[in-house]
Parts: sequence; structure tokens; C-alpha cells
Amino acid sequence: MRNVITANRLADGVVVFQTADQSWSEDFNRAAVQPDDAATAAALALAKKDEALNVVVDAYAVPVEERNGHLAPKALREAIRAAGPTIRRDLGKQAHGQAPHSGPTAVMEAEHVSL
Amino acid sequence: MYHYDEFDAAFVAARVEQFRDQVARRLSGELTEEQFRPHRLMNGLYLQLHSYMLRVAVPYGTLNSRQVRKLADIARKYDRGYGHFTTRQNIQFNWPALKDTPDILGELASVEMHAIQTSGNCVRNVTADHFAGVAHDEIADPRPYAEILRQWSSLHPEFSFLPRKFKIAVNGAAHDRAVIQAHDIGLQIVRNDKGELGFAVYVGGGMGRTPFIGRKVRDFLPERELLGYVEAILRVYNMEGRRDNKFKARIKILLHEKSLDVLRGEIEAEFAARDKKALDLPPEETKRMAAFFAPPALEPKRPVSDRVERRKGKDARFASFFAANVTPHRAPGYVVVTVSLKAIGAPPGDATADQMDAVADLTEDYSHDEIRVSHEQNLILPHVALDDLPAVYDRLASVGLATPNAGAISDIIACPGLDYCALATARSIPVAQRIAQKFGDGARAKAVGPLKIKISGCVNACGHHHVGHIGILGLERAGEETYQITLGGSADENAAIGQIVGPGFSSENVVEAVETIVQTYMDLRRDEKESFIEAYRRVGIAPFKEALYERSAGSDI
Repeated sequence: MRNVITANRLADGVVVFQTADQSWSEDFNRAAVQPDDAATAAALALAKKDEALNVVVDAYAVPVEERNGHLAPKALREAIRAAGPTIRRDLGKQAHGQAPHSGPTAVMEAEHVSL
Repeated sequence: MYHYDEFDAAFVAARVEQFRDQVARRLSGELTEEQFRPHRLMNGLYLQLHSYMLRVAVPYGTLNSRQVRKLADIARKYDRGYGHFTTRQNIQFNWPALKDTPDILGELASVEMHAIQTSGNCVRNVTADHFAGVAHDEIADPRPYAEILRQWSSLHPEFSFLPRKFKIAVNGAAHDRAVIQAHDIGLQIVRNDKGELGFAVYVGGGMGRTPFIGRKVRDFLPERELLGYVEAILRVYNMEGRRDNKFKARIKILLHEKSLDVLRGEIEAEFAARDKKALDLPPEETKRMAAFFAPPALEPKRPVSDRVERRKGKDARFASFFAANVTPHRAPGYVVVTVSLKAIGAPPGDATADQMDAVADLTEDYSHDEIRVSHEQNLILPHVALDDLPAVYDRLASVGLATPNAGAISDIIACPGLDYCALATARSIPVAQRIAQKFGDGARAKAVGPLKIKISGCVNACGHHHVGHIGILGLERAGEETYQITLGGSADENAAIGQIVGPGFSSENVVEAVETIVQTYMDLRRDEKESFIEAYRRVGIAPFKEALYERSAGSDI
């Protein structure tokens, strides 16, 4: 199962994603995709180091899947977390073009779409 | 309202500095997250889905204009320009940065506010009837007692690490507007045969995954014995409440497991052994506290206003507002105005900084500088002269706060749900928005009459769904949002837990299911005066079940 690693930035709580260069980005689309469980475990171990260094808190892996040619979180909770509140599109990552290109947008445009 | 004395001010200021130090030590890495978490929670700071969330205490829902302006300032300066009023009469900010929270708490302290005990396993914000001090049916103002309880329970060393959170509500009128029977302790002010003031005491009510209606443990507790009895309840709970299982840790479970009689016996024994000198309320102290909440001097006025009558005659929207959002005040010629935070299509309970400022200005000009927050997520202007009502209405309308739907089907309680909350399993707000859009605030809502819909996005039931006439619980099944509907719940003196009507509905069909329920009610009611809950109590759940699952498409999950 493919995953990305997410956490909240300690100082301001903003949702961040681990990037390929092992830093953190506010943009889901810059997240490094871990192709399997072993890679996910290794990436999460690095994230936990950043927790210990007080950069981020509550790091965990988020399963992702391809939808309409773009990667998106599988779970609605994670889709909302990666985009912002579905009831306030002016808030969160979606307001800054940092939401997943697929998935969460679909949720917001058609509330009943199956993720 | 209550004003801090030098001890209160010093205490809150000291707490701000203490938290400033804790945040600095967390940011520097001196404290780990595990070490820091209990400190931030004791100061109302959660980590939610998108960000930190700060829950600010509004004791018994009472605010003045200065405080509301400060909340507006904080929303603009440190958040995203709005706040969310909650079912505990508090306000939450959804986007603060950890590094800013000491400054936010400092700003709150400057207007006698804080976020202490808005989270954690302690006594939470004590709530009260939002019409306290103005209601016609009031026996006594509940707020002096709520304030006494607040002061006594703030950082109480014995009760700061309870098995689980603990909620107390006080109601002072015959009609329960404070949902006291869904609280760990519910206090109903009563008078005994001799005319003395006291409390009927309910224990073990609560919502969450295992809902219970509180049970009466005392018919009459003399006023002076309030703290002693509450201490006895808390002490028994603290000693015997379960700490091995978070889901069975509330006092409602203890009561259920031990039985009412056994628990009452233990409480009474503990109460009998109390230190009377330390805890009995001196009458002069109760009197001193009551003086803070003395009603403003209102010059008597004519009970009918020509100005209002003229406006009602030519402005249907104003007439609707008058019918739904205006309640008689106990002083002739004055009214209580409910400011609906349920504009059709807006998130229930949200207010922008500009709206907060507008309400602050209005109360300064027209309502003796007092504002209330209701557990139903609305604001109240408690002392408006009837003649001033058209002007108040116009100013409310100019900032989108004159929705004429208080108590109507579109006046929905909804928790933040999966749009914000880390615990949620489904979204609540979009369902509330769609129901409100379906029924609106006009003729259709009026035809339906009083109907309380309450929506929670998970089993923790922050949206009070168990006590909604129609309750909606959002769950997640196989990756999809599904909504379970309960009927017949009630949050007043006839409190009841709603009954599950049957299998749940998808997000797509839940609004239609609500429509079917409402249409079924309208078809079977005796006349327009028979409200939804009255009709439900007369006919039971069967006709609704039949309409939902036999005559309609039924559950789609």
C-alpha cells in the first residue's frame, strides 16, 4: 500500500507532509510517496526523529491512491485534512492551491461522491 | 455580571505566565509532547484536524461588550476572522498557532477571561439557562451559584485529575433551558414548602456513546449546602469512578453499575461526614455573589410598542423575527432577543469578527452591556426595550444576524464534525446546512413549527443528538459517511434519549429522510398547535419507521 507521511508542525499546528528531501511541506502534492510497507516504516522512522527534534508532532502514515491521474488520500478524514474544511473553501490548504489535485476537491464539489 | 477581584486577576495572570513558560519550554524542546500535552489541555488547547484549537471559557454563557470585542480582536489578529460558539456556551478558535497562545491568553486575561478547565479530566465550564435573570418563570438566577461552583472548582487540587471530564449545569426556571438532566450533575433551583431556596439534584446524566438521563438524588438540597453536596458527589466519583476504561469512566456508568440507591447512600454518607464549617455557604457570601448578577435598573415602559406594531404590519420578515426570536422580559416593555447564529446555509454557531463587534456595539447601545451564549449556539441580547427592537433588528440584519428561526427546524445544533475535529467520524455541518436550506426560515419552517434537530459527527455526541427531537449521528462505515437517526429525544424538563429509528442513511439521502420524518409528522399531527415532540409522544416511533422504511426507499447503506 502506498503512503505519504504527515504530521502537524509544532509551532503553529499546520498540517505538513514529508517530502522526498526529508523536509516538510504544507503542500500535499509535494509529499514523497512511499511505495510499500518497508519504505513507509523507514520514512516514518525519520519523521519520528523530527518529532524528537521538536519540528513536528503526531507523525503518521496516510494511505493514498491514484484518482483521475493524481494521488489523493484514501480516507475522507485525510482528504479533508489535506485540503481544509469542506464548508469553508477559503480556509486551509485549498485556499492556497496546496490541496491534492484530486479527491478532496471532488468531495467538495459533489458531497456524496464515494472516495 | 461577576467581576474579578484582585485574587482572581492575579491568579489568571499567573496562569498565563505559567503557560507562557510551558510553551517556551515545549518550543525549545525542554518538554516533550507527552509532557506538554496535559499542560496545554488544562489551558483549553487541543490539536485538531487542521491546526491547534483554543477553547475559551464563557462562564455560564455570560459576556459583556468589552469581552466580545476582545474575542473579535483575537479572531482577527491570531485566527481566521471568526469563532465558533459551542454547546457548552464557550467559544472556540480553530486556527491559533501554539507560539501565539500565551499572548492570546494574556489578551483574554485583560478582559477577565481564560481557557482554564475547558479541557481535561476536571470540572468543565459550569453552564446555565441563557435566559437567566430575565425569564418570566424563574425561581432564582442560577448564575450566582454557577459562579460559586466555578470559583470553588477552579484548580481544586482534589478534583483536577478525575477519572474523566465532569460537567455541571444549573437551571433557575421551571422550564429547563440548560439540559441539566444530561449533565454529570444537574442542579434545578426549587423552593420547598416553607418557601426556602434550594436545589433538586440530578446525577449521572450524560450523552456520549452511552447516553443516560440524570437521576434525582435529592428532592431538596438547602442552598447553603450546595458545595458540601457537590463535593460529596465528586469525592465518591473520584474514588470509585473507573480509571481502567475511558469509555466507562463517567459518573453515569458508576451510577448505572452501582444503582441509584447505593450511589445515593454513598453520597449522603460522604455528605454527612463533611466539614460544615469549611463548606456551608455563608448567607452573606451568597448575597454578595447574587449582587453581581442583580438585574439592571430598567425604567418601566408600556408593554406594547406602536413602533413595533407598525413595523410588524408592513414588514413580514420583521414580524417573523418578532414571533421567533423575541421572548418577553420579566420587566414590562422589554424583551429578550435571540441572535440566531444559524443563517440559512451557514455553519451553526460560527460568528465572524465583524458580527461579534456588531453584537458588542448593539448590547452597549441597547441591552445594558450584557450578552449571553446559549447552549443552542446562539447569542442573546437580554434587556432590549421593546421600542428599540426595530433599530436592533435593522442593525442585526445589516450584518447577517437577523435570521428569524430561533427554535425552528433550521435552528440546528451541530458539532464541528469531520470538517475540523480530530475525533469525528463524519461531517455534521454540511448536513445541518442542507437541512436548513431545505426548510429555510420562511413559510415552510413556520408551517413545521418548533422542532429541534441536533447533529453529532461521532459517538461523543458534542452535537447533543441523543436529546434532539430529531437526532442525527454521523458515523463511518466502510469508508463512507453514514447517518443514524434518532427520534423523540428531549433536552428540557421532560428529558429523554431519542430512539434509533432504524438502519442509517448515506450522506446523499439523510436530508430526504429528515423530510420524510417531518412530512409524516405534518400528516399525522392533530392540528398546527401539536408540535413534533408532542405528536411523537402520542403516536410513538412506528409511523415514522413505516414512512422511512416501508413506504420510502429506506436505508441505503
